[in-house]
Amino acid sequence: MLIKKPADIRSSEITDRKWYLNRRDFLRTAAGVAVAGAGVMAGSRSLFAAGQVAPHGRKLEGVKPSPLSLTPQQEKANTWEQITTYNNYYEFGTDKESPSLSAGRLKTEPWTINIDGECAKKGNFPIEELTKGLPLEERIYRHRCVEAWSMVIPWVGVPLADVIKRCEPTAKAKFIEFYTLYDPNQMPGVRVPVLRWPYIEGLRMDEAMHPLAILATGLYGEVLPKQDGAPIRLVVPWKYGFKGAKSIVRIRFVERQPLNTWQESAPQEYGFYSNVNPNVDHPRWSQATERRIGEFFKRKTLMFNGYADQVQGLYAGLDLRKNY
Amino acid sequence: MSLRLVRFVLKPLAFIASLGPAAWLVWAGLTNNLSANPLSDLTNETGVWALRFLCITLVITPFRRLTGWNHAIRFRRMTGLFAFFYGTLHFLTYTIADRFAGLDFPDGIVAWSTVRNLAASVAADVYKRPFITIGFTAFVLMVPLAVTSTAGMIRRLGGKRWNTLHKLVYVSAAAGAVHYYWLVKADVRRPLIYGAIVVVLLGVRLYWSRTKIVAPRRTAVARPA
Repeated sequence: MLIKKPADIRSSEITDRKWYLNRRDFLRTAAGVAVAGAGVMAGSRSLFAAGQVAPHGRKLEGVKPSPLSLTPQQEKANTWEQITTYNNYYEFGTDKESPSLSAGRLKTEPWTINIDGECAKKGNFPIEELTKGLPLEERIYRHRCVEAWSMVIPWVGVPLADVIKRCEPTAKAKFIEFYTLYDPNQMPGVRVPVLRWPYIEGLRMDEAMHPLAILATGLYGEVLPKQDGAPIRLVVPWKYGFKGAKSIVRIRFVERQPLNTWQESAPQEYGFYSNVNPNVDHPRWSQATERRIGEFFKRKTLMFNGYADQVQGLYAGLDLRKNY
Repeated sequence: MSLRLVRFVLKPLAFIASLGPAAWLVWAGLTNNLSANPLSDLTNETGVWALRFLCITLVITPFRRLTGWNHAIRFRRMTGLFAFFYGTLHFLTYTIADRFAGLDFPDGIVAWSTVRNLAASVAADVYKRPFITIGFTAFVLMVPLAVTSTAGMIRRLGGKRWNTLHKLVYVSAAAGAVHYYWLVKADVRRPLIYGAIVVVLLGVRLYWSRTKIVAPRRTAVARPA
């Protein structure tokens, strides 16, 4: 609406005597207004921030419940609509609704993952081969974004530890790296260098082997929607959401601690560990509380996102303030 | 163009158009056309509209000077007040959705301790977080400008002092752009666009004040003798 205002003034200029007396000035101004208008337009989000709810996908067979899931008494899961319209997936744009609008074109079948590094079973493997025979489990987890919002998400997936064992990592494999697909033809967001592509995340080997860590291939018992990281993504519920690399095309076992993408982008703000920790603030905002999507009042953020009993042993003796 | 057209047609139209973003936000909020995090949308959108109206307000003087269309100045108070209007909505949304919603309510919600804790929470945040400090600065600087925007206040202050005071809008716009830049995570494209617009608008003024080229209007009214 606002964009139209300079245009109104300009058309009204036509009736003004000054218009032909000061033609050159007018043209210069018109150019200026056009540039400013274009700037404002480029700065505008799409008017409808609501995003596009993911269509329902194929129902996954033989999904088993897991004792590691939150119970409905503990936490109520967020809706399909919320989980599929409010996403951080920069490869598809940096607005929350962008992935829901532009991830549809991603081709997720067939999909192979390259296994590489310090392991015996290197090569390209179809997802089906890597997960064959592993029971699909429903894992209802808290999901805490580093931006201080959270959801409860009923993932479906396989334990990461089981997939790792199949790759037969060697004794030199101390860490594990996950690479997200980088494809400018399918991912409009990667044409802009807001982060260094491809997106890389990493875990320490003992973190990766923890029973809570999964590779998710589903949501609400259905095939994982593309905006949520289809066909296969990492879920590490005690860490900030950005640790969960999406649309994984490569898993690499390494000896040295990986430089994950966000750490590379802003090392004083994002570390390697990125464990959910209400006592260590992001330099620019507090991590003590969070807004659960769908709620008004904020919740207190829980240490390790509420998974402290299961995971704090991994970090005994580690200064979590330094290793954020 | 007649003054009447400006007064009775263009200004009312601009007024209605300026209310558009607020009306749209209310409508979108009520009809579920915001994202899954509507409180965040309301905060972001009111903030960005405050910055946009600051830019529009700063465009008016150069626009008037370049076109010689002096009626442009008649819109400046209105756009400035709309910047303050959206800035106020932005500050209120932040106070309610970010600060109030994060409080503990030891004595229940309707209690004096709630008011005290809310004030303390805003103050602590303004003090602790640079991007809030500078955003708050941008907002607070607009308050005296809004208060002294009436014809009576211009008369009381005198044109010269009023003009000096209202140069604060430059600081407010610059602070607003920095506030935006400091709050985003990685995609700084939009903040940079606003930053560039503010730099150009302030740069033009600096350039003009240095070169001391007299405005076209004034040359036309050359002094006799």
